Amino acid sequence: MKPPPFSYHLPGSVEEAVGLLGSLENAKLLAGGQSLMPMLNMRFVLPDHVIDLNGIGALSGISAVEGGLRIGGMTRQRDIEFSDPVKTACPLLSEAILQVGHRQTRNRGTVGGSLSHLDPSAEIPAVCAAVDAEIAVTGPNGTRTIPFAEFPAGYMMPAMEPDELLVSVFLPSWKPGHGYGFEEFARRHGDFAIVSAAALIEAEGGRIKRASVTVSGVGPAPVRLRETERALAGQAGSEELFRSACESARGIEALEDVHAPASYRQHLAAVLSRRALVKAWSRIG
Amino acid sequence: MGETRKIALTVNGKRYAEEVEVRMHLGDFLRQQLGLTGTHLGCEHGVCGACTVLVDGVSARSCLMLAVQADGRELLTVEGIAPNEEELHPLQEAFRDNHGLQCGFCTPGMLTTLIEFLGDNPDPTEREVREAISGNLCRCTGYQGIVAAALDAAQRLKALKQA
Repeated sequence: MKPPPFSYHLPGSVEEAVGLLGSLENAKLLAGGQSLMPMLNMRFVLPDHVIDLNGIGALSGISAVEGGLRIGGMTRQRDIEFSDPVKTACPLLSEAILQVGHRQTRNRGTVGGSLSHLDPSAEIPAVCAAVDAEIAVTGPNGTRTIPFAEFPAGYMMPAMEPDELLVSVFLPSWKPGHGYGFEEFARRHGDFAIVSAAALIEAEGGRIKRASVTVSGVGPAPVRLRETERALAGQAGSEELFRSACESARGIEALEDVHAPASYRQHLAAVLSRRALVKAWSRIG
Repeated sequence: MGETRKIALTVNGKRYAEEVEVRMHLGDFLRQQLGLTGTHLGCEHGVCGACTVLVDGVSARSCLMLAVQADGRELLTVEGIAPNEEELHPLQEAFRDNHGLQCGFCTPGMLTTLIEFLGDNPDPTEREVREAISGNLCRCTGYQGIVAAALDAAQRLKALKQA
């Protein structure tokens, strides 16, 4: 299997990349290549131009900023796995990143690549939904910010214009001592998840002050379980509470494919979100 | 031939300057252009792990990188693991002694993956080894011999370090 013929471009800056993206017909951006390269090898995509972002150093990096973390689009998943600032500011991401592929793919795969590809079962978009991340994209008219809730425009389709490039993501931090949990079900370690669930809990005086529950792999994009979150607010955490609060997940509209029927995904959504909440509650410090 | 670019890289300590087709992936480049056929191509879409090489010391699937992206990099492939033509690397010895291979197809990827892993984690548990090779498919050994070889290699490397 060989990639189709294309012209290769290696811009050195975001401006140059955006210029190329706006002027070339049928161009694809190449980030870590862990999704685009297989699609090229199998000729699922046939671009006339490939714009390689690996020459733009400014797109990589993890920085603690006011209220959270800013992560550059070309930051490798490996760098997140070993990052202390991520462990401190967004431990949910540190836990979820271990479920992203394998060591060999995390060494190359990037945050921006995963977000732009927007696979329905991908872990990084799930974390972004859980923390209400903000995605920064740059195009010919400058940079704009998209709240993650508005980022998925459809199945594997981010709400970015064809001439825009994802430059960074901002992950708001939860209070120190909050509980977090990420649970995933896949047939084999490192496979795409069938369903995964992310939970965050902030407690005060033994009661849940704020909770976030997200499932992915169920619908075309990660889904926040608002009904579950409302049912948890103000309650004292318990296995029974989490079980009953997650029952509503069985009603989410779910995808159906060769891997699992919709009813199985709905069942997993309820079970995994409960487990993620139990884990998050046990970790409150 | 389509669009080409000139690249310069080091593979197993040897410098190469080559003109490559931009669409060629790194695995094909190593095998076809440099004649280093030790790196095996199984699935060519990032699932089997057979084509794993080390790029600047970190593992990567060579089917998921373009050859042009290796410009200026230092690569290690299975041919560069043994210290010389007579001796094997302790990891290779452990594979031989523990039946860590049968047909040998997955072996180059297993070895490169484990070299990186044992560097990061010199004293792993069995579970950690199994997780480390979870991105490498083997259809002969049932993994048992490979896991035993990796654990044995960790001990051999530790003994060498202390000696």
